[in-house]
Amino acid sequence: MNRYPMWKNILVAVMILIGLIYTIPNFFGESPAVQITPAKSTTKLDSALLGKVEDIFKQEKIEYDGVYQDARGVKARFKSTDTQIRAKDVLQANLGTDYTVALNLLSRSPNWLRSLGAKPMYLGLDLRGGVHFLMQVDMKAALSKAAERFVGDFKIALRKERISYVGVSREGETVQIRFNNPDELAKAHAVIAKEYPNLTLEESTIGEERILTASLNLVEQKSIQDFAIKQNIQTLHNRINELGVAEPIIQQQGADRVVVQLPGVQDTAKAKEILGRTATLEIRLVDEEKSDAATLEKAEKGQAPIGDDVFKNRDGRAVLVKKNVVLTGDYITDAGPGVDSQSGRSTVNVTLDARGARIFQQVTRENVGKRMAILLIEKGSTEVITAPTINEEIGGGRVQISGMANTQEATDIALLLRAGALAAPMDIVEERTVGPSMGQDNINRGVHSTLWGFAAIAVMMMIYYAAFGAVSVTALAINLLLLVAILSMLQATLTLPGLAAIALALGMAIDANVLINERIREELRNGNTPQASIHAGYERAWDTILDSNVTTLIAGLALFMFGTGPIKGFAVVHVLGILTSMFSAVLVSRAIVNLIYGYRRKLTKLSIGQIYKA
Amino acid sequence: MELFRIKKDIPFMSYGRLTTAISLVTFILAVVFLATRGLNFGVDFTGGTVMEVNYPQAANLESVRKAVDSIGLKEATVQNFGSSHDVLIRLPVKTGVSVAKLSEEVKTALVAADATAEVRRVEAVGAQVGDELYENGGLALFFVSLGIMLYLWLRFEWRFAVAAIIANMHDVVIILGFFAFFQWEFNLTVLAAILAVLGYSVNESVVVFDRVRENFRKMRKASVVQVIDNAITRTMSRTIITHTMTQTMVGSMLLFGGEVLHNFALALTIGILFGIYSSVLVACPIAMWLGVNRANLIGDVEKKEGGKKEVVVEPDPSEFAS
Repeated sequence: MNRYPMWKNILVAVMILIGLIYTIPNFFGESPAVQITPAKSTTKLDSALLGKVEDIFKQEKIEYDGVYQDARGVKARFKSTDTQIRAKDVLQANLGTDYTVALNLLSRSPNWLRSLGAKPMYLGLDLRGGVHFLMQVDMKAALSKAAERFVGDFKIALRKERISYVGVSREGETVQIRFNNPDELAKAHAVIAKEYPNLTLEESTIGEERILTASLNLVEQKSIQDFAIKQNIQTLHNRINELGVAEPIIQQQGADRVVVQLPGVQDTAKAKEILGRTATLEIRLVDEEKSDAATLEKAEKGQAPIGDDVFKNRDGRAVLVKKNVVLTGDYITDAGPGVDSQSGRSTVNVTLDARGARIFQQVTRENVGKRMAILLIEKGSTEVITAPTINEEIGGGRVQISGMANTQEATDIALLLRAGALAAPMDIVEERTVGPSMGQDNINRGVHSTLWGFAAIAVMMMIYYAAFGAVSVTALAINLLLLVAILSMLQATLTLPGLAAIALALGMAIDANVLINERIREELRNGNTPQASIHAGYERAWDTILDSNVTTLIAGLALFMFGTGPIKGFAVVHVLGILTSMFSAVLVSRAIVNLIYGYRRKLTKLSIGQIYKA
Repeated sequence: MELFRIKKDIPFMSYGRLTTAISLVTFILAVVFLATRGLNFGVDFTGGTVMEVNYPQAANLESVRKAVDSIGLKEATVQNFGSSHDVLIRLPVKTGVSVAKLSEEVKTALVAADATAEVRRVEAVGAQVGDELYENGGLALFFVSLGIMLYLWLRFEWRFAVAAIIANMHDVVIILGFFAFFQWEFNLTVLAAILAVLGYSVNESVVVFDRVRENFRKMRKASVVQVIDNAITRTMSRTIITHTMTQTMVGSMLLFGGEVLHNFALALTIGILFGIYSSVLVACPIAMWLGVNRANLIGDVEKKEGGKKEVVVEPDPSEFAS
């Protein structure tokens, strides 16, 4: 009766085999590699790139272990980090700005394993080193920015319908339109209600003036916020691509937060600067009519005439610009640093999309002889980079912005413009940085804890339960194998708390085997035959094992639901460890016991340690 | 080898008053320490910045302190950590300065003071994020307790559920009491350890309750006290062995796990030691006083499991009669 049907034995064997295959890649280690990915989504990835990379290596006599192509790009492996760094520089120089070249690590496992999809466990930042940022999106700013857009839209709509108004302005997150007479207000109300159904409109009177207040309703607010976070994530993607980080993680967390993880990044200052910058570009006209000496002097003190804003230029002088924004950074499709052929000074060359080009052409045509201000808005402060006079109509959407201090600034501004603007400012509200040597230390700590703990348990179990102890230890080892295999398969992020959870899972999993062994001893003590005792022992212990694991599972799931970061890592491994332990402690250990004892007819004694009989 | 040769059942329940009194005293002490000293919350919960800096030579704490002071952070604490080469710097949340900027400023100041300084780890948490983590931690604790209670109620009986949860919350409070008394840092990993212990030591109660239920079925003539005493005595060997094994693993973590896992392993150690005691010697008396008996336990169970369960090698009931 202590024999498993064939299918059960096969099931156990197959599970162990799968476990082995998916665990093996963890032992091969990783070798230095570079990863080449297209810098822009428009650049197509084709097999030509693979050949190109190989040609470059041959030309430059760089020794490589292998070049592979996957869905994201091309990866090349090297023997040493020196070659890796040289290869990166050479590739970047040869491939130009169309591709991003990043340093990476690649598993050294053989090809047949890779073709099975067997990869080593995915290590978290605390084990491989890198930075983790949690960024909070300023949703209030996103809403006021949206309201700002409506100001311009309303003016155009009212002008088109020939409705006369006194003024349109943004008050917090609402837009107010002032009128002199109620008829115009009624007309405007109808027009705006029809064109912008998602706005809530209210009428009021202050003194002589009639006011129409437009505010965003909840649906619209939510869609603006959703858009803001999506746009910010996209922008972060672009910027991080420019940084050249292999396998970055950029994820939304909750309604208004973004998690950014950059493995291997050590220059945290640079990373923060690039991620946190909120630079946007605005092009507005200089208000020439009011730019007389007296008004400018007043403006220096911060008193701008109605309809104008006052900003400082690079020399610290005030410039009066109209409130109406001609173009924003949203219309930019490309930007790069350049040099002005006449003056030899650094410039940023900007390419506008079709709509932006059309607007730009129209505005330059209508304002020849006037000045146009290029504003850089960063962290709430606005600066006039340059305010050149428009000499002629400019078509084609190519704009050269002069006035850069040096090439470095031109490069930085070009990067920010190219990567797109953030829809709303973001702040880093959590930072976790782990240096690379610390990562390796953490791996060693986790692995040593697990292995020494395992060894001690193995010795004690074998002394106390003899052959049954050895079976339990084997089952425990298989538990470890399966757990590592599942973690490798799922590519779940393994953190230091996760490693602790592996150790703890083993320490707790042995409980099932102790329960079984104690039960068997008890049955023997009660005078049952060895075969009957094995059977009853496993049978009766099962209920208890199930109950006790369910309670642990509940704790694990709650941890997973409410935990973030390190806690989540712990919870995932904890829960998986409970599941694998149920399989290995009951099915696998029983299979082994059955193989040892199940086929013996005359079994008089079990090797389960000495049993005291009353 | 067999460690436990027990001829007669140990009359655990007659010590009920004593064990409950001991529990009550430790519990009250823990609450007192929590109230007077409070927990030493880590940056995960309070917000703030922790930086671990390594120097190739023994670190000069004075110069590190000076460097941190130079950027106007008077409330910073600077101390050695692990070895004389490692320094731990703690900074409270500074209003108006983002956590990311603060850590960068400190880093610059440290490198300016000593170019060999290597920042190995930075943990910076904004005040708002800290509050949320605190809230989520409380919610997790609540839902774990609720989930376990519901399960025990379905599987056994409400009296067992209540008894097990009281016993295990008592463990949690005692762990917290230790952390308050010694002012060990309480961070997210410690919280994870506490929740893991909660799940784990309920196991203990489950194993005993399972036995109690089984005994009610077999020992028809025995009294409730006899049934419980027998259940505890018979599971005692397993209890000790299992906990020794788990504690071995946790001890290995305490030895090799380094600073990050140190408090995690400490919380587990206290939880395991008190878990043995409370899940048996606190949970059982409470269940008894709540009025657990044969009728409310078996009547219920046989309805549910009667049909599908196969009865295997039933030992002679007379054996348990003594």
